[in-house]
Amino acid sequence: MIKIKNLSHIYNIPRRDPIIALKEINLEIERGEFLTIIGSNGSGKSTLARHINGLLLPTSGDVWVKGMNTKDRECLWKIRQEVGMVFQNPDNQIVATTVEDDIAFGLENMGIDRENMLERVNWALQVVGLEEYRRFEPHLLSGGQKQRVAIAGVIAMHPSFLILDEPTAMLDPRGRKEVIEVIKKLNQEEGITVIFITHLMEEVIESNRVVVLNKGEIALNGKPKDIFLKVDALRSFALDIPQITELAFRLNHKGLKNISPSTLKVEEMVEQLCLYV
Amino acid sequence: MNIFRNISFGQYIPGNSLIHNFDPRVKILGCLLIIINLFLISQFWGFLILGVMVWSGIIISKIHPRFVFRGLRTIIYLILFTMLLHLFMTEGEVIFRIWIFKITKEGLINGLFIASRLFILILTTSLLTLTTSPISLTDGIERLLSYFKFIKLPAHEIAMMMTIALRFIPTLLEETEKIMKAQISRGADFESGNIVNRTKNLIPILVPLFVNAFRRADELAIAMEAKGYRGGEGRTHYRELQIHRKDILFFTIITALAIIVGILF
Repeated sequence: MIKIKNLSHIYNIPRRDPIIALKEINLEIERGEFLTIIGSNGSGKSTLARHINGLLLPTSGDVWVKGMNTKDRECLWKIRQEVGMVFQNPDNQIVATTVEDDIAFGLENMGIDRENMLERVNWALQVVGLEEYRRFEPHLLSGGQKQRVAIAGVIAMHPSFLILDEPTAMLDPRGRKEVIEVIKKLNQEEGITVIFITHLMEEVIESNRVVVLNKGEIALNGKPKDIFLKVDALRSFALDIPQITELAFRLNHKGLKNISPSTLKVEEMVEQLCLYV
Repeated sequence: MNIFRNISFGQYIPGNSLIHNFDPRVKILGCLLIIINLFLISQFWGFLILGVMVWSGIIISKIHPRFVFRGLRTIIYLILFTMLLHLFMTEGEVIFRIWIFKITKEGLINGLFIASRLFILILTTSLLTLTTSPISLTDGIERLLSYFKFIKLPAHEIAMMMTIALRFIPTLLEETEKIMKAQISRGADFESGNIVNRTKNLIPILVPLFVNAFRRADELAIAMEAKGYRGGEGRTHYRELQIHRKDILFFTIITALAIIVGILF
């Protein structure tokens, strides 16, 4: 479990123009959750993510991962093993020259023995569906495949939590779909707690809970369906509502009361529309 | 315009020959021994024996000589140039004279020796890089350098730098191509003009390339730290290097031959 208490972070303190990135954040993340953190540019979502595995330390407040405080230097490596992190640009997080070597990188850092390492690399390759690419050089892979390599490299370390900081932002629609599928599978089949960071409302749909960040503060926190009801609020945070939800919202306002304004998927919309035929 | 598609790095040619399968450490050391030997010997027979040794290595490796000579092509002018310098600049017993140029016996011998030296040197290193993948080469270098840890040689760091360089060469080339295309589409001209102008035109490519490279380095460092990287201490290795009997045999033969050639010639 992750517990964030009164977390604030200010960049550039020594200089004259401090930027307040996070203000008094309080958040608890339970095991097995699929949590989405959404916010527009500069809302503090990446800053928040980097606090969870100790890449950044709070200006004030505390972050606990399974009871370990990120400020405690002795726990730092244990925390980084528990909280895996995948970044936006797949090119800039692959270290080694072949897929399998890169997946082994984190395990080498942990000092795992070779036999165990082989087993974990095989498992991770199979989970992300890249077995036949194990000897490939990363630059020969597509964006979606590279990002899956990055995910495999993190999950091989057997983390309890997986943070993904806009992992789909640089991918084409196909790569985006591949990555989301893998994340869903990790959450549902492997029981890994997922903290998914995005600025795209469409990607919220798969999660159990959504936290909306605005200007460094938690603006909304709840189930995706409830969040989507607050269309005006979301707009004021510079977030786009998925087309299908927008359509449902408008139809509902025009008097088609059987159509729920929190419709998230096309199939749901089709079912509801069929009632009028 | 895929200018960079055809460039291969480390020029490794995969194969399954005896030479391919030797441990990289043994190959690197063998290569070093031959090179040191090349600079010790001063008799024709020495060069001949070393040359035959390396050439039989190439035959055993089943690599087409074409690839070996491709490595030579770029350096052939250097070889010819140094040979000519030696030929004409060495003082001694004159055997041939045209106008102000004279060829001496010592010059002829020195020139031939220096050419054979460079020639065999290139053959040896080509044989190494053609039969060893960049990854095992880096691994071999790391393990060999780690014997020098007692003088605080940062073996792991050097190997990590090599790995990252190998990993990012294709990425940066791709990026260079992208930037060039972007500049060309806006009317930049990289192909005409004199050398000064052409060099000047490279600036709009190099600036964004370097800026991006630094940004990449920064992000990579954060990603590595997030995966628990903290230097070479306590790190295990995914790739295993094992010395087999054939490696020991190969190494013994090379060493023995090198010592014999070194002493005799």
